[in-house]
Amino acid sequence: MSKKDLGLLILILVVGAIVAIINPRFLLPINLANTSNLIGLFGILSIGQAFVIITGGIELSVGSVVALLGTLFIDFIAVREVAWPLAFVLILVLGAIIGLVHGWLITRLKLQPFVVTLCGLLIYRGVARFYTADGTAGFAFGQNFPDLEFLTAGRSYGVPNSFIALIVISIVMWVVLHRSVFGRYLYAIGKNEEAAKYSGIRTGRVVMAAYVICGVLTALSAIYFAMYTRSISPASHGQFYELYAIAAAVLGGFSLRGGEGSLIGVILGTVLLQELQNLVNLLGIPSSLNFAVMGGVILIGVLVDQQWGVFRARRLMVDATRKSAAGAAAE
Amino acid sequence: MDHKHDPEKWEPVFGEDHAQMLARRLLSGMMNYSDTSIVASTSTPFLSLENVRKTYPGVVALDGFSMEVRPGEVIGLVGENGAGKSTLMKILGGVTTPDSGTITVDGTAHKGLTVEGSLGSGIAFVHQELNLFDNLDVAANIFFGREPLRAGPFKLVDRAKLRTMVAPLLKRVGANFSADTQVATLSLAQQQMVEIAKALSIEARLVILDEPTSSLPLAETDKLLDVIKALKADGISVIFISHRLHEVERVADRVVVLRDGMLAGTLGKHDIGHDQMVKLMIGRMLKEREKASEAARAPGATALSAKAIRTPAYPGRPVDLDVRRGEILGLAGLVGSGRTELARVFFGIDSSLGGGLELDGKPLVLGSAADAVAHGIFLVPEDRKLTGILLDLSIAQNISLPNLPAHAKRSLVSASAETATAEKQKKALGIKAPSVQTRTGTLSGGNQQKVVLGKWLAMNPKVMILDEPTRGIDIGAKAEIYGLMRALADAGVAVLMISSDMEEVIGVSDRIAVMHEGQISGILDKDRFSQENVLLLAVGKQPK
Repeated sequence: MSKKDLGLLILILVVGAIVAIINPRFLLPINLANTSNLIGLFGILSIGQAFVIITGGIELSVGSVVALLGTLFIDFIAVREVAWPLAFVLILVLGAIIGLVHGWLITRLKLQPFVVTLCGLLIYRGVARFYTADGTAGFAFGQNFPDLEFLTAGRSYGVPNSFIALIVISIVMWVVLHRSVFGRYLYAIGKNEEAAKYSGIRTGRVVMAAYVICGVLTALSAIYFAMYTRSISPASHGQFYELYAIAAAVLGGFSLRGGEGSLIGVILGTVLLQELQNLVNLLGIPSSLNFAVMGGVILIGVLVDQQWGVFRARRLMVDATRKSAAGAAAE
Repeated sequence: MDHKHDPEKWEPVFGEDHAQMLARRLLSGMMNYSDTSIVASTSTPFLSLENVRKTYPGVVALDGFSMEVRPGEVIGLVGENGAGKSTLMKILGGVTTPDSGTITVDGTAHKGLTVEGSLGSGIAFVHQELNLFDNLDVAANIFFGREPLRAGPFKLVDRAKLRTMVAPLLKRVGANFSADTQVATLSLAQQQMVEIAKALSIEARLVILDEPTSSLPLAETDKLLDVIKALKADGISVIFISHRLHEVERVADRVVVLRDGMLAGTLGKHDIGHDQMVKLMIGRMLKEREKASEAARAPGATALSAKAIRTPAYPGRPVDLDVRRGEILGLAGLVGSGRTELARVFFGIDSSLGGGLELDGKPLVLGSAADAVAHGIFLVPEDRKLTGILLDLSIAQNISLPNLPAHAKRSLVSASAETATAEKQKKALGIKAPSVQTRTGTLSGGNQQKVVLGKWLAMNPKVMILDEPTRGIDIGAKAEIYGLMRALADAGVAVLMISSDMEEVIGVSDRIAVMHEGQISGILDKDRFSQENVLLLAVGKQPK
């Protein structure tokens, strides 16, 4: 765990302690379970985003993809009566295809990630609304999928299964990002794509793979979100989720220029964001201020981090000067 | 007394005490003073530094340094990287102040200069990296921030007046372009002329040129040297900093050599010579020249062959070129003659618009650099920091990058395998760094270049392409890189070296191919090597 991650963890614990003191309900099992469920849902989303950001790209269509694939998933199993495991796989494949198309447009046709995914944001939202004719997708009365519901919205020993899923995915993705050849390529491309290319790395394929990973993880979280809300109005479902994911990555120490950030960081970033949401609810802050609180905290966090870096660089210089002065005096 | 042939004068001296050393230096400075018969020795110096010392945390950058610059004098300032040249420049530019010593400018003594003070007293800099706005025209650049304004409340630029102000400046530097040319369309040498014109516009009395020729092609270098002579004729002093010693030789009235932050010696007009400068710079003689002049060897089989390759830069000009095993093929030519573009095709970065490649007689299709690497074709690119290495990664990570799967078990990177490979290369190449985990961004240019080489040498090169391999690298590291290239060739690798440094091309190559406007204008064998022949081919004429 890096110092940055440790600092974030301490911040999370301090904020948690303060909230717990002001409103002890923060520590009630039901509150913790709800919050960790949301951490699970948003965490999966944010990991996907992190893989794209590490390459220096950005994925803005996440929220719309959550809406579109969530709508399709519920439609598949509730209306078209597709067996849910099949629908599950189908949605993941669709997510992969979306990622592949984005990656292809960005690496082969050299479009900017911001532009490609902004268009995606608009297109998928529109398609989702058209698909349901601006209606709501949901289950019929009495419709039940016990296994699916257990896996997505259920709990094991009081811990939401979505949170457990996040932990499993985090461990796998941590190995991929920080230990694998592919992960090293991602960092190298994020730092300097040209130099990576001149080292014989097939940069296009690697970047495309990052978008595919993002697409699949987004599709997975879309299923979780769908099973959590159980009904989806595609006009508003998943709105701004891409921004939650980007915010989590930035809070977690990712640079939007690419090449910087850790998996633990993005998870901690997600935890802090959900903690803040919870704080707004528990401390009786008007929920209309929700976004303002989040924005303020991210701004302060990024500022402190940056200023801390400047301070440390300065201190190192002063130390070095002092040492050399002492050395000169000793001569 | 004949001082100038006294070898003591530039011999490195060890075991002297400081006072003795100073006395000797001052003495030698005085002797040289009378040597330079070109400039009237009675004229008072425009600038003089006395006993200047500057330390940074952990390093003494300059120590007891003294020098003088007289009006209309061209001083060549040479020294290896890290010898203290940049510190000296920073002191003269007022960016930093010395710890002790005095700087006398135009008769006034200072403890240190400020940026404004330096500019105000007529010291102007032309840096290696030019400070021009390439989206503006020449006139706007020269008078940026000092534009003549029209009367009226809107402060509009008086363009007509601006042009009349710029014209004489351009004439003085011998410019062959007009004041309203976009800077982006100018060649590098022309851009340097703009910088010099800018210096003239503030009535500079001392122009400091920092490595002005390092990225200039041969023909343009001459233009720049002419401009220096014109400045001199106008009574303007010049400090000319360069790694290209033969240019220093041609233009300097006096050469000041720095080594390890100290004055290693001063050479008067008649003593200036390549060997003396090198001896002072590194404190010993180099063997590189003897090595380079070995007899031509028997050519090996053709490794990489271009058959009517057409690069995106010159789509209408097919190129045929064979690089043979065991040879160093020098690729000379003017900047922009299509050499780098050809290398990019050989390395699979760009695809050829026609024709084909052959490797060992078999057709070769490259879709990407990854394909080239898979075939053992490696490139050490021209721009080290942008494309050669990843400055933020460690030495070990850079070296393993092209061959990462070989340093991994079940696609998980093995740090120990990486370290082992890097340690081996560090030792073999003599990379100077605390450890292989050191960030490459903190290394010197020469050591960074060795990391680029190390990453390819750790694999099995068949064809090694080096684009300007020694640009911005000090003399000691240069010789090592030449040695490495020779060792590669001796091991049967086909080496293709692109270089704009004439000495290097002639000294290192076994054959020289010269490019002119996208085509190979001729290939010279060892017995026809001469600067003249290379130059003639580079401008599209036939050699003698």
